[in-house]
Amino acid sequence: MTGLGVARPSRPDTSGRGGRRFGTSRFRFLLLAAVLAWSVHLRAGEGALDAIKKAGLLKVAVPQDFPPFGSIGTDLKPIGYDIDTAQLIADSLGVGLELVPVTSTNRVPYLTTGKADLIISSLGKNPDREKVIDFSSAYAPFYSGVFGPVDAVLGAPADLVGKTVAVTRGSVEDLELAKMIPAGVDVRRFEDNSSTISAYLTGQSQFVATGNIVAATINEHDPAKELEPKFMIKDSPCYVGLNKNQPELLAAVNSAIAQAKRDGRLEAIAKKWLRISLPPGL
Amino acid sequence: MPYQFSFEPIYDNWGILAEGVLTTLGLTLAGGALGLGLGVLGAVVRFRRTPVQYQIVTAYVEMVRNTPFLIQLYFIFFGLPSLGLRLAGWQASILAMALNLGAYSTEIIRAGLESLPRGLFEAAAALSLTPRQTLRLVLLKPALKNVWPSLCSQVIIVMLGSSVCSQLAVVELTSAASLLQARTFRAFELYLFATAVYLLLAVLIRFLLRRVGRRFIARGRP
Repeated sequence: MTGLGVARPSRPDTSGRGGRRFGTSRFRFLLLAAVLAWSVHLRAGEGALDAIKKAGLLKVAVPQDFPPFGSIGTDLKPIGYDIDTAQLIADSLGVGLELVPVTSTNRVPYLTTGKADLIISSLGKNPDREKVIDFSSAYAPFYSGVFGPVDAVLGAPADLVGKTVAVTRGSVEDLELAKMIPAGVDVRRFEDNSSTISAYLTGQSQFVATGNIVAATINEHDPAKELEPKFMIKDSPCYVGLNKNQPELLAAVNSAIAQAKRDGRLEAIAKKWLRISLPPGL
Repeated sequence: MPYQFSFEPIYDNWGILAEGVLTTLGLTLAGGALGLGLGVLGAVVRFRRTPVQYQIVTAYVEMVRNTPFLIQLYFIFFGLPSLGLRLAGWQASILAMALNLGAYSTEIIRAGLESLPRGLFEAAAALSLTPRQTLRLVLLKPALKNVWPSLCSQVIIVMLGSSVCSQLAVVELTSAASLLQARTFRAFELYLFATAVYLLLAVLIRFLLRRVGRRFIARGRP
């Protein structure tokens, strides 16, 4: 650190030999910076996958307050979609799994400070987050859509003409749906989510616009009135979050997800926790 | 920090707001007429103390007057479909408003009937009018005249209460205002507008009801 101290350029130079000294210390500073950068790169870079395999342990940041993605089960262990996905990826890497419970605010810092190797915490993608971390391919659906009874035929927003659809006033679904549908759709706007859901469940509306998580909850409580997704309003699926510059770990996670999508294990997780099949585009 | 008023959302969406005002008026008209009719019937039953009817009407009055309007609305809209009766939002609103006004006006009109002097009854008996004739020809008008201002107030309360019907996705004034509020975030302006319109409607309805009272009821002498 002494090298850095000398390099402070604000110090007035009256010795006459300053030009040379300054040059040397700048060189030292650059060297030090390069070494530091290299070591960080090593720690977080190619080494990441190897380090996980060497330790035999994958540390995954998971939610514990966001069912059905992650909550605390009756045996006080975390359960949920994200936990099952974490297990799936750990199995695919052939290592053990350590769950690190996080909240939605501290999940990214947990990853960037190395307290977790991956975030599997119903994390959506946005440009701000993409500056800080990398994202895998999508592993879980998270969308707003129009839902209705299994036997109702409805493929596109235009098919809603002459039908009733319940939505919560001022919600994302309300605003986005209004842009999609033609005139002649009877949109019933309710004050809060529970009224919207009640309106659908009591038959006061034929369809309901809501999130797939809400639909999952209804399907869990009342399987007789199964809600089936008809079309999507807004899609923002969940991704696994990784530190930047970890191409090998990213590739390994992506291939684990792709494999699970192919062999139906991810579909089984979706059916178990969301009660709804994975959407075709995921 | 001075607030920048912007009334454009109101100009731009006057169609929705006008529809809302008309719906509020329509609900009030239908609910008010049905409710006052119900009130007269209820008051007569309570006044005459006909055995079984009296108990039924008393139970109805107490039930409605001692439960919140919103719960009555939810019961009709979300509860009755389980019993096989599915009403649209506006139908449920009119029914709830009529039942609510009916209960309150039952008691108001009954008070009007009770306040009449004994002489009227004796005069009617002396003319050998039947009880039905006595009520219809002799008692009802002066009774209504006595309580007309209270009834007007009750109708206005029910009109203002119709804002609660926005909970059932009925696009009346409150519903229209909060719909636009959710889209334009001009809460102050929109609710200011809604407040002004409700005030105007209340004044208008009071004026009209007073005219109606003067035209049809004031001639009944107590």
